[in-house]
Amino acid sequence: MPQTFSSSVLIKGISTGARLRRLSLFFSLIAIAFLFVADIHLYTPDPWQELSRIGLGLVTPYWPNASELGVSLLYTVSFALLAVSGAAIIGMLLAMWYHWRVVRVLAAAVRSVHEIFWGLMFMQIFGLSATTGLLAILIPFTGIFAKVFSEIFEQQPVTATSTFGKASRLSRFVYGWIPQAWPALASYTRYRFECALRSSAILGFIGLPTLGFHLETAFKQGDYSEAAAVLWLFLLLIASVRFWLKLRLLPVYLLLAVLALPEMPPVNASFIWQFFSQDIWPTALQDGDFNGTWEWVSRVGVNEVWPALWQTIAITQAALVLSGVLALMLYPLASRALVGRWSVLGRFKLLVLRSVPELMLAYVFMLLFGPSALPAILALALHNGGLIAFLLANSSEDANKRIGEGVPKGMMRFAYIDLPQRYPAFLAFLFYRWEVILRESAMMGVVGIATLGFYVDSAFEEIRFDKAFFLIVVAALLNICVDGLSRWLRARSGLKAPTL
Amino acid sequence: MFVLDQQSLVQGRHAVLNDISLEINAGEKVALVGPSGAGKSSLLSWLWQQHSDDIALCPQEGGLVDILSVYQNIYMGGLSRHSSAYNLINLIRPWSLRQQEVYTIAELLGIDETLAVSPDRLSGGQRQRVALGRALYRNKPIFFGDEPVSSLDPKQGDELLGTVLSQHKTAVVAIHSPELALKHFTRVIALNAGQLVGDWQTQDITLADIKAVYSGE
Repeated sequence: MPQTFSSSVLIKGISTGARLRRLSLFFSLIAIAFLFVADIHLYTPDPWQELSRIGLGLVTPYWPNASELGVSLLYTVSFALLAVSGAAIIGMLLAMWYHWRVVRVLAAAVRSVHEIFWGLMFMQIFGLSATTGLLAILIPFTGIFAKVFSEIFEQQPVTATSTFGKASRLSRFVYGWIPQAWPALASYTRYRFECALRSSAILGFIGLPTLGFHLETAFKQGDYSEAAAVLWLFLLLIASVRFWLKLRLLPVYLLLAVLALPEMPPVNASFIWQFFSQDIWPTALQDGDFNGTWEWVSRVGVNEVWPALWQTIAITQAALVLSGVLALMLYPLASRALVGRWSVLGRFKLLVLRSVPELMLAYVFMLLFGPSALPAILALALHNGGLIAFLLANSSEDANKRIGEGVPKGMMRFAYIDLPQRYPAFLAFLFYRWEVILRESAMMGVVGIATLGFYVDSAFEEIRFDKAFFLIVVAALLNICVDGLSRWLRARSGLKAPTL
Repeated sequence: MFVLDQQSLVQGRHAVLNDISLEINAGEKVALVGPSGAGKSSLLSWLWQQHSDDIALCPQEGGLVDILSVYQNIYMGGLSRHSSAYNLINLIRPWSLRQQEVYTIAELLGIDETLAVSPDRLSGGQRQRVALGRALYRNKPIFFGDEPVSSLDPKQGDELLGTVLSQHKTAVVAIHSPELALKHFTRVIALNAGQLVGDWQTQDITLADIKAVYSGE
């Protein structure tokens, strides 16, 4: 109705841009408030000396034992390849039945727990074996695939399947939706493989024999040339994926990956059963003692959950806003339309930023600044800011191909045309990453920053499986809440879902 | 068989179809005519919902799946006759019996040479033949088409429409060409701007009556 349209404008009297600006300001204020909560001490008196040593290491990469590094590279790729293939297939099956609530809840639950937490959990059962590495990636990735694939299917036109008549659900998918959506499904799976390589690498930080293991060892020993060798090797790996990962060769790679896996020692089934039925539940609960359970929950709640929750949320909010600021500052430098030829340099920088796993960045910053919230915030902001800037730069170049002459150039074009055009997509990307940033900031505790992961890790070390499990559940619930909040905010502010 | 009684379809703010009453019986071959945007497609999909299981539908864009072969695209019309497992196997290794069936249809439509090709490599006219092939393979008593021969030249379109209509007892087809409407159908329903402006038995009218619908009378 035309009337309601004009009256709503009269009542609100505010442009879309102003509304988004207000939303951004609101989040920035929250982030600043949280900075007072977050523990951001500088523990190291002189970070510059360490920084120069790291810088020197970066340009003088060196590894004494090439075959050792080669083997861990092989493990890193094998875990990622097998886990992503398995997760894509199971995720696809789940996506076909995503209209069932039970499937949606299951997918949300498994993806809300970080790979590192799954890894820590499976390590108690399967030890430092291939099973642990594979499951730690496969399980959360299955949940992510299920969600994203179902979203891709939703975007497909229904024309083809409307001509099939009463064909079974499976037939409709394999003849209609899947082949129709194939390009989108394949490119998303490829992107996920890159993520899996990062996850696989950082599983080394909790002891699995992947690249992260050598990186952590080298860092711990202060041997920055060795650390740099691992880092460069990993960047090369990520950069080369597009040249060697071909669908035709996938069967060969999968076979090689299976052969390359480290051995999987047999596991006693009763042991697994005992872990899930007894070890992870507090004794009081198993005895049916509800007062005791309550006491246990409140004790863990006050001593661990509460402080960890504050730190995790504070780091998340600060990192979210800083990611946004960085993305907006960095993307013009990588857009050909805005800075011309120099965009190559900007692009390279973004590629590096988005390729390095957050945990690795955090570890480097931790060496510089000590184990406070600062390294976590910086690492998360650089990685996610780099990723978002990369997407924005792409969309800026695409859009500017279509704009003709007679438009302002340089800074003015950025401020008047490019930034306002990108802004809604930028906020949508940022809100998409909110949940991811939260998962990562909770996980970062495993290197000593006081978020949920720190307490999870310590609980596992003390063999207090019940406490560790409880903390993981808290992290998962927090994640599901933020996911819901982000979806609500996106819908309310009319931010369109961008395709990754 | 199909009944609409003073029904209107509202999409967003404006009515796509306004106060439509009509009845279509089994055995009738109905041509839907009218200028673009008159509501033909909406009426078609509305009627389709009443008996979707008995209708071979040939939608306007054809609904072809571009990365699968022409054979698979025609076979899709028969998905509902087989189990999921049977269909899955066919996707990897086509059943020879089904290949023969599909070949017969493709031959009839003049696309038997293209069975192994994917539709994204075909011309607009060939794509329409594939879409019609799928509709024929559905093997249903009723045919619904939305401009099913618009990309073919008049002579080919004429032949093909005749072939498809002869294989179905009942048909409702949105069509632009007044000549084809008059030649192949028993009844002509005319729409303009969402209104029913004409409903005739073909023997009672001439080309001029249909052309008048397009010129807005």
